[in-house]
Amino acid sequence: MSARQITLEVLRYRPESESEPVFQSYSVPCQKEWVVLDALNYVKDNLDRTLSFRWSCHMAVCGSCGMVINDNPMLSCKAFLRDLPDHIRVEPLQNFPIERDLMVSLDDFMDKLKSVKPYLIPKQPTADPDGTYKQSSAQLKKFKPFAMCINCMACYSVCPQYGLNDGFAGPAALALAHRYNADSRDQGRRAREDVVASNTGIWECTFVGACSEVCPKNVDPAAAIQQTKIASTVDYFKDLLMPSGRKIAHPEGDTT
Amino acid sequence: MNNAPYIRPMPASWWLRQGRYVRYMIREATCLFVGLHALVLLVGVYRLSQGREAFEAFLEALWSPAGQLISAAILIMAVIHSVTWFNLTPKAMPLWIGEKQAPGWIIVAAHYGGWFVVSVIVLLLAGGLS
Amino acid sequence: MARSHKPVVWGLFAAGGTASAFLVPVLAITLGFAVPLGLLSPTDLSFDRVYSIVSHPLGRLVLFGYMTVCFWHAAHRTRTTAHDVGLHNDRVTMIVCYGAAGLSTVLAALFLLSL
Repeated sequence: MSARQITLEVLRYRPESESEPVFQSYSVPCQKEWVVLDALNYVKDNLDRTLSFRWSCHMAVCGSCGMVINDNPMLSCKAFLRDLPDHIRVEPLQNFPIERDLMVSLDDFMDKLKSVKPYLIPKQPTADPDGTYKQSSAQLKKFKPFAMCINCMACYSVCPQYGLNDGFAGPAALALAHRYNADSRDQGRRAREDVVASNTGIWECTFVGACSEVCPKNVDPAAAIQQTKIASTVDYFKDLLMPSGRKIAHPEGDTT
Repeated sequence: MNNAPYIRPMPASWWLRQGRYVRYMIREATCLFVGLHALVLLVGVYRLSQGREAFEAFLEALWSPAGQLISAAILIMAVIHSVTWFNLTPKAMPLWIGEKQAPGWIIVAAHYGGWFVVSVIVLLLAGGLS
Repeated sequence: MARSHKPVVWGLFAAGGTASAFLVPVLAITLGFAVPLGLLSPTDLSFDRVYSIVSHPLGRLVLFGYMTVCFWHAAHRTRTTAHDVGLHNDRVTMIVCYGAAGLSTVLAALFLLSL
């Protein structure tokens, strides 16, 4: 098979020797069915062992190889070279601190993911003797698209509000909150609103919509957030009219 | 060196870096013209309250070249606002028909249809249904 | 974390966005171009006719509601966009934007009531 010569321009950051990131170019002989991750692995194996990046599954499931390729965040295992020009610029995800080369710090994202109570909060334990919560296929369809997130953080990379506001919970975390809110087995929407409908939740979103454009799993966080805005606005005015309803709506499971 | 993670600064001109952000900013800027339109109405009502002469002077100013330029700017930006607003409605208000989510274009098309009907009604009412 | 009071302004923003999306283009044509272009006759926008429509209780109410949501739509979006382009003193932006919208709303009520 003939090789196609690709120039990979990679943003490097070596904190022990550099005070800021710099681009480094590699000329890589690529096979035509390769993805960008294959080219990076070629560099790592044959040209420069010091290049650091994360990856695991190589099949768009694990979400660890998200990076910015020619200005767009994507999974490098899903970025086929046949769709890209001969000159490819590879950078770490935007809006995150760079730890080394293409690896960014996940801490803030992980904290935000946890903050939205991403687990089922049922009103009461199931009456079903086998301990399961029954759900119809129609009820499953209401939230399934929002359950497909693989935490690749591509949506955070294109979200200007996440870049501008340190506290903003961000697209994936708010989409995950919506995934549980829309689940027929869950009663935790009011408990989640303390985070989701706070000043660092949905109200920081200005519906740029880029998150949904770049999501490799078609999760559509922008839709999740707008629907949460409408539901939270209705809840807000309900609480204004009936202030006592708020406490009753707070189920157990709210531990924070 | 300190081994600290590197935080890339976000310049105020971030939105010039990509077409999608420029389009977003144009969409956001339409609000200034919606506000301008409401201000024109406010001035119109004020002049109306001052009597016939004042109102006729208002219309004359509105139909002068400068006034038409303002109206044209409002019209162009308002159309951008309408199109971007309606195109995003399926995300905010998904429509479920039975177990299936209706395709987004149906919701968008319904809004365009409503927009057309409302516009025709306003024009007919303005013309005294003549 | 406390829940935000943003639903108040966001509700007005969304209402204004929807109302203006349907109405601004046709109103801009009706008021700005229809008579000069001959689409409407000058008598359609005569003082007597416009006055009778606007001063009708329903006319006042509709116009007040429409102008109000347009003002708040513009104010809220201007506030968030100001933050986008680097004006990070949100308190000042908020006072200016919502202050202008509030003032305009009051003026609209006063002018409409004085008809």
